[in-house]
Amino acid sequence: MTALSITDLHKRYKGGFHALKGIDLRVEEGDFFALLGPNGAGKSTAIGIICSLVNKTSGKVSVFGDDLDTDPIAVKRHIGLVPQEYNFNHWEPVAEILVNQAGYQGIPRALAWRRTEKLLRQLKLWDKRTVMARNLSGGMKRRLMIARALVHKPRLLILDEPTAGVDIEIRLSMWKFLRQLNEQGTTIILTTHYLEEAENLCRNIAIIHHGKIVEQSSMNILLARLHQQSFELNLQQALDAAPRLEGFQVSLRDATTLEVTVKHGQGLTDLFCRLAESKLEVLSMRNKQNRLEQLFLELTSGDGEQQ
Amino acid sequence: MRRDIYWIPFKTIVIKEFLRFIRIWPQTILPPAITMTLYFVIFGQLIGERIGKMDGFDYVDFIVPGLVLMSVITNSYANVVASFYQAKFMHHVEEILISPVPNWIILAGYVSGGVARGMLVGVVVTGISMLFTNLSIHSYTIALGVFFLTSVLFSLTGFINAVYANSFDDISIVPTFVLTPLTYLGGVFYSIHLLPEFWQTVSLANPILYMVNAFRYGLLGVSDIHLGVAFLIIVAFIAALTTASLYLLRKGVGLKS
Repeated sequence: MTALSITDLHKRYKGGFHALKGIDLRVEEGDFFALLGPNGAGKSTAIGIICSLVNKTSGKVSVFGDDLDTDPIAVKRHIGLVPQEYNFNHWEPVAEILVNQAGYQGIPRALAWRRTEKLLRQLKLWDKRTVMARNLSGGMKRRLMIARALVHKPRLLILDEPTAGVDIEIRLSMWKFLRQLNEQGTTIILTTHYLEEAENLCRNIAIIHHGKIVEQSSMNILLARLHQQSFELNLQQALDAAPRLEGFQVSLRDATTLEVTVKHGQGLTDLFCRLAESKLEVLSMRNKQNRLEQLFLELTSGDGEQQ
Repeated sequence: MRRDIYWIPFKTIVIKEFLRFIRIWPQTILPPAITMTLYFVIFGQLIGERIGKMDGFDYVDFIVPGLVLMSVITNSYANVVASFYQAKFMHHVEEILISPVPNWIILAGYVSGGVARGMLVGVVVTGISMLFTNLSIHSYTIALGVFFLTSVLFSLTGFINAVYANSFDDISIVPTFVLTPLTYLGGVFYSIHLLPEFWQTVSLANPILYMVNAFRYGLLGVSDIHLGVAFLIIVAFIAALTTASLYLLRKGVGLKS
């Protein structure tokens, strides 16, 4: 079943700014979907429309078959939103925020408290249940927003930069939590500026730029389109000059760091064979640039004439 | 009525609103109690004794209905305007907007919160007035009816103000420049029969005059205004303000871009 279907969606703001120029998007049930784009591309506007926070100018939006225009109540029942900005009442205790959200979703109070306890324990916030939200750390606030979005067990979870400003440890634990959630059947749409996050978590991807979808495919197909990748290799021994490795473009970054460009179709085994022939011992290697980041920059580079 | 989409969200908003103003009772309940005590002492006891009788009642007894209603008006209004604007300002109104809550439930929930605070403050102030007067209530039905309807009316006014407000300054403009003058000129401290004929006619354009007089009738059994007209005007205002509020919510004015 299609979890989210968007057809020819337009948004023109009062000042005349055309934020969305007829986007079409389909997200299948159970998907972990990345919606990426540079700042101001239209991601948050699109999410705002799906979640009834922004009025669309024209177009159709349906969630699990329910149309936003004809049955907004049903659409809202399907969706859980983790917005970019903290949007809870900072003067309310943590548990009350979740219980109230459950109440808005029509969940009886006793059940809401049970779900609140379960979620706060899962997201390691149970000890903070009586603390005013304003006193939480940044990471805790992010987790609180995830818990709040899940309290009514939505079928579609939309995460708008959920890990912004969060330290790496918490980010990794949030990734684990989101993967589990997706495995249990929740469809997830993620926007993020951390492209390694999208690459790690998402199976399908759409890139929005200047209010248009410029790419929509599976992550694997998209990454396979990379023409070349650059790797940085840390060597055991120091070198004076870059070695000649047949078929590869090589440069010396410093005495013990080589930068090697591997073209599409060339295998890493080949590279290591050449290195072994040259008697170079590699201690470690890493992608010079995140793969998705390279593609993202290719797809979204260029002037802003379309604005 | 579908319990899950109507009753539970409504109850949730009301409980949230109730807990909000109870949690900050030194800012919400205590100040009107202190202010009204001062009014009773100064205008009722000290100055009132020199004024003598008005419409056949001791002056302190005459001003009780107006002062109680003034507290109800101010607090119902303040509760909704502050709470809803804060929800807009801090964006937690989005919690409700993304949820399957019909607009009329959102409005009913916030208005009920305003009514709860207005009524609670009204009861506190009435209790304080008992320390200074020997009131016997003429008609509980009329007194409570006006009490409730006035509270609803000014909760709705507060809601509309919050929808349009873009800053905290905007939520103090109406109370300062509209509500306070209208309340003071609405017959709280005097009978309009004391005014020259021209100003009596002008006073009839002030909606608060009808509420104060209807409430005074409920408490003392006297009014400058015909009771039926007073109720009609209050109900007409409530109907107009409810329609306007629902329209604003449907359009998302001040809430959605």
